[in-house]
Amino acid sequence: MSVDAQSGTGPSNVSASLSYREAVTAALWEEMERDPDVYIIGEDIAIGGGAFGVTKGFLDQFGLKRVVDAPLSESGFMGMAAGSAQLGLRPVVEMQFADFVSDSFKMLVNYAAGVYYRQGGEVPMVVRLPAGALKSAGPFHSCNPESWFYHTPGLKIVAPASPYDAKGLLKAAIRDNNPVLYLEYKKLYNLPLDQFPEPLRTQMPAKDFVVPIGEARIVREGEDLTLITHGTMVLDSLRAAEMASEEGLEVEVIDMRSILPFDREAILCSVKKTGRVLISHEDLKTGGVGAEWAAILAEEAFEHLDAPVRRVAAADVPLPYSPPLEDFFLPNAEKICEAIREVAGF
Amino acid sequence: MSVKPPKPLPETPVLEDELDGLDYFRDLQNRHLTINGLKLCWRPKAELEALDLSDKELRRFYEMMTLGRGVEEQVDVLFRQGFVPGTAFFGRGNEALSVAAALALKDDDTLIPMHRNVSSHIARGQDLAQLMCQFMAKADGITKGRDIHFGNRDLNIIPLISHIGTMIPVAVGAAWASRYRDDGTAVLGISGDGATSTGDFHQGLNLAAVHRLPLVVVVENNLWAYKTPIRMQFACKTLVLRAIGYGIPGYLMDATDMVGAYEICREAVVRARAGEGPILIESINPRLCGHSIYDPYRDYVPPEEIAAWESRDPILLYRERLRSLGLGDDSYFESVDKQNRARIAEAVTAAKRSPMPEGPQAMDGVYAP
Repeated sequence: MSVDAQSGTGPSNVSASLSYREAVTAALWEEMERDPDVYIIGEDIAIGGGAFGVTKGFLDQFGLKRVVDAPLSESGFMGMAAGSAQLGLRPVVEMQFADFVSDSFKMLVNYAAGVYYRQGGEVPMVVRLPAGALKSAGPFHSCNPESWFYHTPGLKIVAPASPYDAKGLLKAAIRDNNPVLYLEYKKLYNLPLDQFPEPLRTQMPAKDFVVPIGEARIVREGEDLTLITHGTMVLDSLRAAEMASEEGLEVEVIDMRSILPFDREAILCSVKKTGRVLISHEDLKTGGVGAEWAAILAEEAFEHLDAPVRRVAAADVPLPYSPPLEDFFLPNAEKICEAIREVAGF
Repeated sequence: MSVKPPKPLPETPVLEDELDGLDYFRDLQNRHLTINGLKLCWRPKAELEALDLSDKELRRFYEMMTLGRGVEEQVDVLFRQGFVPGTAFFGRGNEALSVAAALALKDDDTLIPMHRNVSSHIARGQDLAQLMCQFMAKADGITKGRDIHFGNRDLNIIPLISHIGTMIPVAVGAAWASRYRDDGTAVLGISGDGATSTGDFHQGLNLAAVHRLPLVVVVENNLWAYKTPIRMQFACKTLVLRAIGYGIPGYLMDATDMVGAYEICREAVVRARAGEGPILIESINPRLCGHSIYDPYRDYVPPEEIAAWESRDPILLYRERLRSLGLGDDSYFESVDKQNRARIAEAVTAAKRSPMPEGPQAMDGVYAP
């Protein structure tokens, strides 16, 4: 079922060129139309349409029963979502900013993630997490929370970097029978499609589709070096790969898309081809998910490596506010390109 | 200018000028509050005529209470013999509440008990052999040996996790699902006095109140959160007063009285099912045991408090009640006892024969398909 652009009830056009935010909105809308057990809950999402406008128009279309303004009770409504999911509903929770999910950490990590293993019974819920740095949003509105949860069997974590994946992964997450954390990047919400690197401008199919959780995508092929990345750094990595290409280095860029579970085969296959690996993510370096991928390469692909695995990630400090501090703190295409040269030249 | 040093905390709960646990109990019996038109009272003993309970039902209360206690006593023995790994939690003294809460619900209602309400599980129909397998961490236990806490999906019992307070928002979610489907069911969640200090207690009750969900929250106030007395936990006169802050009705319940406890639980569930919104029940009942099997509660609970509670053991009180009603005599009580012992022994035998899980089974089923 697709959104009817002509009727005026749809939140967005189903044209092939949805923005990242429109893709999130369209996925939510279509899933709510498809399945009456899907409801959404979060702060300011009903009457206000959400802090980023993702759920604008939903209240009028789906009503108060399915579009719920929650009080400032992140733990309370996360637990509520989990309890209702155990009884067969499919809640999609919006955290206003990913940072605030720490208030509901226990509900996800200690409660929802373990229900199926400990007791049986599915917990089909999605938590939408507007993540990542914006310009000078400060230390409490900028976080990339994946490594907080990475250590938790039973959770799934996805991180779309393109409008296509944003739509397809959200639909897959809503249909999944496990708790899924869905990272959506504030920086990408309003980015015009033509400013995404070409490999991320996949045409949006008119037909219903999902992007399977757990599958990486090679967004650029290359022979000289493998660049493993996800989230906003997919964009920077592709730019860095173009810069390196001008210097004669062909970089293979893997967009992991799913952080947990992740596509182990995609990493291992690529390293066999290139022998050199660079990992990049916007989250902090120490204990970031890239550390795990580097460890897997050391354990399982040591004989294929011609150079040490390197990581380009945020500095290990709390996210700073002032622009020069934040620019220094964050990884970007230039820093990635510099690391490409180093790994390639080892 | 001299500043008076703060009064040092007593090493043991010696209570002089402050309201101690016993006073709390005695004091409550004299309270009858009506606030916002809501009943907020210590109920006098229920009038049986008004309750419409058959002799069979009245006896069933007794049979479930004693079976629950019998199972716990058996688990205590099995633990000391090495058949039960880890730890064990008992609810000795809360059987009236546990049975009342379970029997007040219909089969399609959802129960979210604590780790002290095994009598609730039993009253709701839990198979005893499976229960004993669960305590012994066997492959045939409810959780296949994966968790020390347990519910039972077939019986609509959602198990707790150890993070106290967590289950209140989860219960809110279950009640949300009920309302979402408009299926007329209710949810009853039990927590302890300790849980009332958590943020989740507040967040959950507030959410339930805002949405008028079909939820009954029973706070089992046994005057102790592990080793911490209630005077170190809250400053309001009684926990049920918190209902006022949420704009919901609250009942104060003497859960040493089986019939009274049932009456209140049933009324609350009926009201919740009818769409009147959530209800808070503060249940006063003893904890005639430690927090866990490792906890030597006699080291810190004052002996006069233990003695007072033991004289109000809900099973003993109810036995006298049945006797006075002509529904129980020595031979009836003996026959119940004998039947309980036989059922428990049979379950234990079956559980001992049941296999432990295989180590590699630890890897199965992390994700739902």
